[in-house]
Amino acid sequence: MTQPATHPAPAAPHTGAGLAVAVHDLTVAYRDKPVLWDVDLEVPPGLLLAVVGPNGAGKSTLLKAILGLVPAAAGQVLIHGEPLARARDRIGYVPQRGSVDWDFPTSALDVVTMGTYRRLGWVRRPGRREREAALSALERVGMAALADRQISQLSGGQQQRVFLARALVQDTDVTFMDEPFQGVDAVTERAIVDLLKDLRARGRTVVVVHHDLQTVPDYFDWVMLLNVRRIASGPVAEVFTEENLRLAYGGRVGFLERKADPTPAPGGRDDPATSHFGRIRP
Amino acid sequence: MMSPQVEIQLIAAVTAAACSLVGTFLVLRRMAMMSDAISHSILLGIVVAFLAVGDLASPWLVLGAAVTGVLTVALVETLHRTRLVKEDAAIGLVFPALFSLGVILLARHAGAVHLDTDVVLLGELAFAPFDRFAPGGTDLGPRSLWMAGGVLLLDAAALALFFKELKLATFDAGLAATLGFAPALIHYGLMSLVSVTAVASFDAVGLVLVVALMVGPPAAAHLLTDRLPRLLGLAVLMGAASAVGGYWLARWLDVSIAGAMAATVGFVFLLALLLAPQRGLVAAARRRATQRLEFALAMLAIHVAQHECGPDAGDECRADRVHLHLHWEPDFSEAVLRAAEQRRLLRREDGLVRLDEAGRDLARGALTR
Amino acid sequence: MSWNDVAAFWSDYTLRTVAAGAAVIGATAGVLGVFAQLRRQSLFGDAVSHAALPGIALVFLLTGSKEPAALVAGAAVTGWLGALCVTGIVRSSRVPADSALGLVLSVFFGVGLMLLTWIQRRPDASQAGLDRFLFGQAATLLTADVATMAVLGGGAVLVLILLWKEFKLLSFDPAFAALLGLPVRRLDILLTGLLVAAVVAGLQAVGVVLMSAMLVAPAAAARQWTDRLAPMAALAALFGAAAGVGGAVASSLTARTPTGPAIVLAATAIVMASLLLAPRRGLLAGVWRRWRRRRDLRLHAVLLDLHALAGQHGDPTAAPHAAAVLRAMAAGGSVRRSLRELADRGWAADAGDDLWTITADGRGEAARFLAAHAADGRPEAAP
Repeated sequence: MTQPATHPAPAAPHTGAGLAVAVHDLTVAYRDKPVLWDVDLEVPPGLLLAVVGPNGAGKSTLLKAILGLVPAAAGQVLIHGEPLARARDRIGYVPQRGSVDWDFPTSALDVVTMGTYRRLGWVRRPGRREREAALSALERVGMAALADRQISQLSGGQQQRVFLARALVQDTDVTFMDEPFQGVDAVTERAIVDLLKDLRARGRTVVVVHHDLQTVPDYFDWVMLLNVRRIASGPVAEVFTEENLRLAYGGRVGFLERKADPTPAPGGRDDPATSHFGRIRP
Repeated sequence: MMSPQVEIQLIAAVTAAACSLVGTFLVLRRMAMMSDAISHSILLGIVVAFLAVGDLASPWLVLGAAVTGVLTVALVETLHRTRLVKEDAAIGLVFPALFSLGVILLARHAGAVHLDTDVVLLGELAFAPFDRFAPGGTDLGPRSLWMAGGVLLLDAAALALFFKELKLATFDAGLAATLGFAPALIHYGLMSLVSVTAVASFDAVGLVLVVALMVGPPAAAHLLTDRLPRLLGLAVLMGAASAVGGYWLARWLDVSIAGAMAATVGFVFLLALLLAPQRGLVAAARRRATQRLEFALAMLAIHVAQHECGPDAGDECRADRVHLHLHWEPDFSEAVLRAAEQRRLLRREDGLVRLDEAGRDLARGALTR
Repeated sequence: MSWNDVAAFWSDYTLRTVAAGAAVIGATAGVLGVFAQLRRQSLFGDAVSHAALPGIALVFLLTGSKEPAALVAGAAVTGWLGALCVTGIVRSSRVPADSALGLVLSVFFGVGLMLLTWIQRRPDASQAGLDRFLFGQAATLLTADVATMAVLGGGAVLVLILLWKEFKLLSFDPAFAALLGLPVRRLDILLTGLLVAAVVAGLQAVGVVLMSAMLVAPAAAARQWTDRLAPMAALAALFGAAAGVGGAVASSLTARTPTGPAIVLAATAIVMASLLLAPRRGLLAGVWRRWRRRRDLRLHAVLLDLHALAGQHGDPTAAPHAAAVLRAMAAGGSVRRSLRELADRGWAADAGDDLWTITADGRGEAARFLAAHAADGRPEAAP
């Protein structure tokens, strides 16, 4: 009820065909304050995409809005061409580590097993098959030995890997991760990177909210620069430029200072050279 | 000499004022349930002190009760610090135990203690005028009035004296600590005040009403203002008004005064919740209705600004298709477009939406604010 | 209680009824309390139980009935309303949860008191029997009451067991539950409803003032003994039932002891025992662990000194060292006692004359200890 304007879509203008994630004109507002303005994002399948931007840029909110965890004031989200309601089997999620009660009486294995709940449906309990799937996911992140630990008795990195394993068990086409590298140790960081590469090798798509600009070119294929609106998105080599970073992180945004330049640019819609937002004013 | 009627209202109003004063800090510090815990546990202190001194009018009862109140706070904190239970669970463990002890002692010595569970829950405001404060034979009014007045003065004096410290410790405990204001000391000081106030009020109005008076008026006042002095004043005013209103409600219906006062507190809170000028639900709903259009205009302006020179402008900016992109109903979209045209934010050309300078300003303003 | 009393107890119909009722209440509240606690809603039950009072009074006022099922239904309606008020206030305004709880519980209770006093002055005022809802009176429980409780509580627990995995996920990670497509809001309302059922089921025996303790105490005690949800719920049921039976029977057997407080004190005793004695989390276990760690450090300090001295000699195990030297090296503590304990473990040997040697085992242990601590600061070391 805090959303200023919500109207059901009469028809979808975009089909999102051939895209793992298609976000169009997504606007999100908390209370009366907009957090995301008219954001577009198109992610082809089989890519690792980093979402970067300064604090308060709305990175986590973008993820949550795509996943339907916060209501959007406007816009459309398609996962492999399907609206969220029909695509729930195809999306996995690794939340920020601080989002759960670590004192909850549950083990690492138990948490990972939660990734099978959707397949189980209502009422049915996880059985041997589910537990085995969970155990093998824990093995893939190098945590099998700690499967029976209560989750507060794991280190930060280990906790993060438990949630990765839960996403693995979901075994989905697209996985969204919210700051998985935040405050983890080197071992875990390595494990996450290996996992990302492994997922890509199997044709999966991963969208990662990321805060470490240094590692973007090493870890990811595509990058999206976000600061309330989308600054740019596309292949790292094309989009991850100093100018775009300056647009996203600092300086006065000279958005709309100039009249629109109607010439289409060679690099396509995401090329910084044709960014529709103009330049930073010195 | 005043009439008993006036005396009762005066006692009720003064008690409510004292409760609202300390309650404001409980509410601001998110410790409202501490008032519940303290008001329940002080029963044990009263009963034990009574069994020790054998006089219901003894000041030792007040002291005993205040000590149990502080003990409750200390027990809750100790329990919470073991990290074996969470804070709300710690509260939920401590006060029922102390209260149960009090009730059992009371029940087992029912003959000796002139207190029963009804008094505990309801207070005996209606009988308060019969218990006179008459040192040396001169009738100076009801004892409860002196008690409540004394506590109100004590609270007001303590708050005035440590206002700055309390304010700081409430809004920024960390800063208070670095400035050497010992938040723990302030915390226990406040809790002692709460305990003493609860004892004085409990005698007149019963323990559940203490919670209503400590939490209700401050919570309602906080919906009306953010400034601490005004908040305190409003809370005291609303508390006293609820007390007097409750008295008349009780008289009219011939029911428990304490219960009616609690109900009035609830009613006053409900009024504030609905009608507060800025934070009230009615104001919020009205604001949302106007904001919906403003928000939609900004959204449209930004959408067109982002797309009007892009390769897909032919689709994204088509007047009869923007509603698809923005997920609007066609009618709503048309209304927004028309409002935007009226305000000269944009114009339609060949079925395409084109921003005017004002529209561009609007989009820029929305993005950079 | 002598054997005769126990025998008399089991043949006493009233006591059996009371015990059965209290056990049902305790078990139900224990299980639901686990979820309340995990969702940080321990004090929610307090608001619900106080909010039940006007419902009880209203039913009596409107129907004149003291039928337990009817009163409980009234209690459930206003209890639920109170719960909705708390969530509604928190969701729609800046009023924080604790203030909303305090407000709802005291205002609803005040309205209940108004209604009770209204009933009292009616000419047909046979309201006796409503009073027992304040502090509970297990001694007056009839088989019909127990049946009502069992149906209500049993039903609540049954639903909880059926939707166990959903409620577990909802309590642990609501965002993930929403992502999986679970109707989080509706599940939340349902779980609150079950909590309301558990609370009103116990009102007759425990009373509105203290019922909330039955949600908090068994769950808090159970958490200390296990790190898994299902065993925690089972233990909480067990503790709740034990407290219920213990308190109810104690109050039935002694004069002028209201049941609610007796049950709460029994539950408190269980909590205190759990906090002290639980094997891993318990406070005594913590003291023991700290003591052992200190002793280990003390022993290893001396062992490492011995190891270092031995390293300066050709044949390390042969050359004995004076305890005095070790004492000079040690920061403090009784070196001779440590040496004796080291000898007990086979890590050092007494060469007589206050001279000591390190054994082969001791060298192994010292090396292991050094290796383990060289690896300290590894980020992967579990906390």
